[in-house]
Amino acid sequence: MELKEILKDLTTAPGISGYETQAAEVAKKHLNAYSDEVRIDKIGNVVAIKRGGQSGEGDERRRILLAAHLDEIGLMVTKVEDGGFLRITAIGGVDSSILPGQEVTVLGKSVLRGVIGAKPPHLQAPDEANKPVNMDDLYIDVGLAKEEVEKSVEVGTLIRIESEFLELSNGYIAAQVLDDRSGVAAMVETMRRLTLRKHTWDVYAIATAQEEFSGSGARGAAFGIQPQIAIAIDVTFGAAPGLPERQTFPLNKGPVIGIGPNFHPKISQKLRDLAKEHEIPCQLEPSPHPGGTDAVNIQISRAGIPCGLLSIPLRNMHTTVEMLKLEDIKRLAELLSIFISELDTQFEESLKCF
Amino acid sequence: MFLEKLSNASGISGFEDEARQVIKDEITPHVDSVSTDSMGNLFAIKKGNSDKPKVMLAAHIDEVGLFVDFIEANGAVRFQKVGGIDNRVLLSKRVYVGKDKKPGVIGAKPIHLQKPEERGNKVMASDDMFIDVGASSKEEAEKVAKIGDPVVFATKCVQSDNILRGKAFDDRAGCGVLVELLKKDYPMPIHAVFTVQEELGLRGARIAAYAVNPDYAFALEGTPAGDVPARPETRDVSPSTALGEGPAITIMDRSVISDKRLVKLLVDTAKQLSIPYQFKRTVAGGTDSGAIHLTREGVPSVTVAVPVRHIHSPVGIMNISDFHNTVELMYRALCRMTEVET
Repeated sequence: MELKEILKDLTTAPGISGYETQAAEVAKKHLNAYSDEVRIDKIGNVVAIKRGGQSGEGDERRRILLAAHLDEIGLMVTKVEDGGFLRITAIGGVDSSILPGQEVTVLGKSVLRGVIGAKPPHLQAPDEANKPVNMDDLYIDVGLAKEEVEKSVEVGTLIRIESEFLELSNGYIAAQVLDDRSGVAAMVETMRRLTLRKHTWDVYAIATAQEEFSGSGARGAAFGIQPQIAIAIDVTFGAAPGLPERQTFPLNKGPVIGIGPNFHPKISQKLRDLAKEHEIPCQLEPSPHPGGTDAVNIQISRAGIPCGLLSIPLRNMHTTVEMLKLEDIKRLAELLSIFISELDTQFEESLKCF
Repeated sequence: MFLEKLSNASGISGFEDEARQVIKDEITPHVDSVSTDSMGNLFAIKKGNSDKPKVMLAAHIDEVGLFVDFIEANGAVRFQKVGGIDNRVLLSKRVYVGKDKKPGVIGAKPIHLQKPEERGNKVMASDDMFIDVGASSKEEAEKVAKIGDPVVFATKCVQSDNILRGKAFDDRAGCGVLVELLKKDYPMPIHAVFTVQEELGLRGARIAAYAVNPDYAFALEGTPAGDVPARPETRDVSPSTALGEGPAITIMDRSVISDKRLVKLLVDTAKQLSIPYQFKRTVAGGTDSGAIHLTREGVPSVTVAVPVRHIHSPVGIMNISDFHNTVELMYRALCRMTEVET
């Protein structure tokens, strides 16, 4: 399947943090195409294993862990009001200012189509339009009476905003939850490229659960798999009009390599060197704090796991119209597959020498 | 149903072409003549008995939307709003740009990059937003958008049982009612006008009413329903009209005091035939009646509307039963028009 189709397939399946089951099945299907073994673990991670050419057994075998998170931010019902309207809360960093006027699917016993209510200008008090909305003001309208709604909706029912996968002009893609299904797609693409390259290390590609909440998925996976090296694959802020150049990265200029204390300097450097050697455009994202990706938890798993971070520049992060260029995913996969194929004991040992 | 097709068709004020064509194709077999005027109003006549008073039925084709007014060097497609749209419904939405309906999105600053004073504290002005058509330069943007292009919300209409969810029910709901009415026969001459530019100040209806010169007029609308939860400190509008309670008859709004005889005709008809109806309970907004009743020597006018929640946003909700009841009430009332005392 083409990368674009895989990405579309991945973004279409719901997978709100803690409830990743449907997205996990889709990720499993795509990872399975290029893996020796795929399973879903007890916290909801999809674990795909591709064995390398090494001869060791058990703990002797070298392992690299790839982590791209499967979960997405979303909404949850807190109350069914008289009149059948649903009050909501956010799971993860949802910006309430993007919510009014959204089409939503309420994932109850039967699926209900709804709208996040927006008061028409005709009915507003004079200054009302200047007041920002917050989550407590918002409600979902499914057009049904309370008794009807309660047949399929209860407190805790999940809600997904409907946002179609769009192919825009000039090769841009717009969709929701590209954070971080694009990372999962990059991981699938990396595994595909590894079928065409020799590698000695075993590759554990994990589509992780709950990154947007507690990072519990990556935490558990890193502990269980105990890799020698890990690379997190996530998204970072894409440059767009109105955003500061300093904090953002242009689309179509290649993957973004994380540098800073959350990442092993030799891994960051190796990624940079390989990108240069193989003429893969890339960018650098310096960050003095650990945060925002699965690498936060993986780095301090057990006795410590050296981490790297590769990110895809993404416009409109945490909105329903996140945007990227497929070319950046392909370049990330190319760089990562080269990195994996070049892994050896010498590099592994160098990571402990400062 | 035909209403889904109407809802999906594009037609912001001044660019009603697609929606007008959809209507024209549907009504042509059912009427004696079809024509358009210089602004794009669509007229359909059912001749009837010319000795009887001439009735004008108006529903506006145009919807609220956006209009491209500038393309920046960085590829940002800037826009102005057409019609009354709350800035708060614009962020993170999909749109179609231009006559070929090329996709674009209105993005939003990632919540992570918003400063504390921005986050949840400020409503972004539409002038600070832009449409991203998939571009990082003016050249890339101009492959898709050009200055003067109309922009509509990319909302697809969906039906489930009695509920219809979609865009532009203000006033495609009224257009739909009028299309259904034209499929029936009446004793008097019926001049249906699908008007343009209502959202810009009832402009199409004004010239249409002059041209038609009717004895009576009905404006058919999609009107705001306010039967939704309100935040305590804001205006209590619940309900302006309510879904499921039948057609909403306007007694007075910002633009017109409806003709009392026509209001009585509607109410009596509804009562006698047990058709549910309600009055619009806010004196807000205006409709084509506002322009029509001021035409020539004056035209007794009334507005009848299908209640719609969340109008003027990318997506609204209406009840199909309200739609059918509006058609039924209008049809029955028109058949009894001769009882109106003049």
